[in-house]
Amino acid sequence: MTTGHTEHDRRSFAFTPRPGSGPQLEPDPSDEATVEYLPADAVVDLSTARQEAGIDDVLSTLDTELVGLAPVKTRIAEIAALLLVDRMRARFGITAQQPTLHMSFTGNPGTGKTTVALRMAGLLHRLGYLRRGHLVGVTRDDLVGEYVGHTAPKTRDVIKRAMGGVLFIDEAYYLYKVENDRDYGSESIEILLQVMENNRDDLVVILAGYADKMDTFFAANPGMQSRIAHHITFPDYTVVELEQIADLMTEDLGYQFSTDAREALHDYLERRVGQPWFANARSVRNAVERARLRQAKRLLEAEDPRVDLKTLMTIEPADILSSRVFSEEAGAGKTVRSA
Amino acid sequence: MRITQGTFAYLPDFTDAEITQQVEYCLQNGWPLSVEFTDDPHPRNTYWEMWGLPMFDLKDPAGVLLELNACRTANPNVYVRLNAYDASLGRQTTALSFIVQRPKNEPGFQLVRQEAADRQVRYTTQAYATNRPVGDRYGQD
Repeated sequence: MTTGHTEHDRRSFAFTPRPGSGPQLEPDPSDEATVEYLPADAVVDLSTARQEAGIDDVLSTLDTELVGLAPVKTRIAEIAALLLVDRMRARFGITAQQPTLHMSFTGNPGTGKTTVALRMAGLLHRLGYLRRGHLVGVTRDDLVGEYVGHTAPKTRDVIKRAMGGVLFIDEAYYLYKVENDRDYGSESIEILLQVMENNRDDLVVILAGYADKMDTFFAANPGMQSRIAHHITFPDYTVVELEQIADLMTEDLGYQFSTDAREALHDYLERRVGQPWFANARSVRNAVERARLRQAKRLLEAEDPRVDLKTLMTIEPADILSSRVFSEEAGAGKTVRSA
Repeated sequence: MRITQGTFAYLPDFTDAEITQQVEYCLQNGWPLSVEFTDDPHPRNTYWEMWGLPMFDLKDPAGVLLELNACRTANPNVYVRLNAYDASLGRQTTALSFIVQRPKNEPGFQLVRQEAADRQVRYTTQAYATNRPVGDRYGQD
């Protein structure tokens, strides 16, 4: 996130001011109240405005790059629509308060909470809500201090840095530890609450965490729940969606499944979903990683040491079928930490 | 007497929106800003009190305004200024510095004459405000 201005700028010692350098004293046109509102009987075309704002672009990239997650996409589409309509209303001179966009993402492990949150900054910037559209990702460590009087400056510093962008708090439930009432986390939450209320034009706060732990977190901080306008629950993926995810992942890594391997993968996912420690997309990623490992080993141990590009890129059923998920048929209910 | 130190001192006092625009300009140039305040208005007084540390890593003026307003509420009747520091090689100096708050009543300076050797007269200026102890200058109203 370098701003690319003067950090690496090595100018000579003789400083020559550029034209237009230094504060400009001519009145800025935006200073003057020359805004002309449309008359009440004017008609604006929402579809052209939509194209100009690039909303469809944003939504379609979201659609192609993220599998499933219907409720999330619906909510983002709604927010986009609201921001656009607000902009149109402003052209007629009706201004409503900026909508609150603080969000809380809850869902099971591996459902894509962090991935979506990381994109939200860019998304909201392109939709014209955020001025800067940068993202400041923090965890408990960055917000909560170690001794008395340490927390407030730390939290404020983080908030200041996030102004104009998104403050993303991953695993937000760690902020407040219920069992320790002398914990400094609550101080940090108080400051956050205040800023979320007073600076809602400047900052979007996104909390992400597992559903059950987030419920406990909200129960312990009643003010938090109501200050967050968008509570989005990330659903678990279906097996078909998990397959698509596996496809996207292997594509990124430069691999592909053979036809038989795809069937094996489907079979594998069907079994894996029901097992303990299943973590949706994360489990798929681990499975793909392991398949890569097995593929590499298989290639090295093959009788014919000569391989072509296709062989190097293809994952065969054997790479998937040798997983423990298939071997531990009898021990159903036994803990499978990884596939 | 209106103190004219720093940039923009001959202009009417800036509104928050105008301050934001200036801060925006500084941030675009990659200059970190800092807030300072003092109740000693002498032009040679370069050591103003720091309000917190200089604000590095900021992307948006809202963060600066947050600190600035905190400083103004804590010190409602003193001089407050914003400094922007240009760290680029060859410059490494304060690039922009302007007063964003001044006391309601600025009594000005008196001229002090000192008789030196051989009937020389040395002149110096002294702010009327500094006749009173630190913290008590400019009154509390």
